[in-house]
Amino acid sequence: MSAEQGQRQIRCLVAKVGLDGHDRGAHVIARALRDAGFEVIYSGLHRSPDEVVQAAVQEDVDVLGISILSGAHNTLIPKILDGMAEYDALNDTLVVVGGIIPDDDKDDLREAGVAEIFGPGASMDEMIAYIRDNAPERR
Amino acid sequence: MSEEDATGTDAERVTDDANASGDDNDADADDTPNAVTDELIADLLDGKHRALARTITKIENRAPGYRNLVSQLHAHTGNADVIGITGSPGAGKSTLVDKLAATYREQGLTVGVIAIDPASPYTGGAVLGDRIRMASNVGDMDVFFRSMSARGTLGGLSTATTDAVKALDAFGKDKVIIETVGAGQNEIDIVRTADTVAVLVPPGSGDDVQMLKAGILEIADLFIVNKADLEGADRTVSDLREMLHMRGGESTKDGGHHGGAAGDPADETSGDGDDSEGWEPRILETVADRGEGVAALIDALDDHRAYLEDSGALDEKARTRYAEEIRTLLREDTRELLAEEIDARGGLDADVDAVLARETDPYAVADEIIAPLEACVRERRPDRE
Repeated sequence: MSAEQGQRQIRCLVAKVGLDGHDRGAHVIARALRDAGFEVIYSGLHRSPDEVVQAAVQEDVDVLGISILSGAHNTLIPKILDGMAEYDALNDTLVVVGGIIPDDDKDDLREAGVAEIFGPGASMDEMIAYIRDNAPERR
Repeated sequence: MSEEDATGTDAERVTDDANASGDDNDADADDTPNAVTDELIADLLDGKHRALARTITKIENRAPGYRNLVSQLHAHTGNADVIGITGSPGAGKSTLVDKLAATYREQGLTVGVIAIDPASPYTGGAVLGDRIRMASNVGDMDVFFRSMSARGTLGGLSTATTDAVKALDAFGKDKVIIETVGAGQNEIDIVRTADTVAVLVPPGSGDDVQMLKAGILEIADLFIVNKADLEGADRTVSDLREMLHMRGGESTKDGGHHGGAAGDPADETSGDGDDSEGWEPRILETVADRGEGVAALIDALDDHRAYLEDSGALDEKARTRYAEEIRTLLREDTRELLAEEIDARGGLDADVDAVLARETDPYAVADEIIAPLEACVRERRPDRE
């Protein structure tokens, strides 16, 4: 073992964006991720896209999970992705979305940079495994 | 990865291990830890938030090359005013830090915040919730807020915190605030790395004030009774005042050492006489969520800073801190060296067998392992006489 031995610790931001007061799911997910051994930063409710970007950049999270149930995903999520790109943070952050996203919108979001979308009924284990497998390698 | 240079092998191996879980693994020349470090430092000094954030991540992870990284940061540090804020959970630390940061921003100063939260000792996971309280500074990138978990970092959490403060300092932050729950020696070590330490005391319980005596009293430059609009705040203030008064009777020398026995007349005279006036801890009242008392708190923090500069205590603190830092690093290095030596012997299994069979004992084995290192060091030590 060298002195330079690294300890990899996956950091996640669980973000609620926009006028959407339903955070029970976000809480459950934050706890599940914590119990999976991740470091979880919870944004709190009613965040603007700028605030989410600020938190994701400063906290240097590996994973940005956006919870959105309001239906405004087509407006808010691209704003977050653009903001991330502005700080060179988009290409090595895994962006996942949780919530109710119509199938028609999913492709657009994926194209904009969302890696995966978890809808109602997605299992926690599935989500955790996905994050472990896909958390970006960083230098 | 066959053509990598020999010096990089150790770090490369670590990178390889980390990569094993990822999918792609392209290593071009720019990916050597040194090149990455140089680029990161340049970007950080250039004011790129992403680089600052990544630097802190590397410090936290003890990532390959992090020592070189921190080592290069040092030359650019020494300008930030470091404030430590501690207090029991729910005392209002995060809310107060938020208001402090906002007030400093109004003064045109830039602020870095490191908020430390506990991590689960079982999974290593943590929910870092202090950020939620930073409502006054959202969208202001000149307040750089970073949550850190008190994970079982190699070399200690206080080392990681000190190094993260260096990153914020080198980035050019005027004020760096460290926020942590004041429980246990580990946490006390962290706030000790600050120039000014403020301890938050929630009102309402005399017992809380009693609890403070166990270690945290000695390091506080300011006591803040937050939620001062609640019942019991006055009582808490007077309890604190009384406690400080009693402490003042014990020893008035320099606030740092408490050698003299209470009521010792000899101690009292020396306290009155020769020494320059020390800093008397102050008690302030705030209502953080309404911003009351924050201006007075800022004044008190400034006063303490001025005291540190005028009295020479700031330089003294820095000297002590750097000496301690060097010792900590040396302990880390020595541990590595010993681990290497143990590996070279083929591990400790044979020795442990012998100890179990009562053929030898742990002390003798330790002596045996350290002896060649001792001999080597003594032989190479330059003659200082």
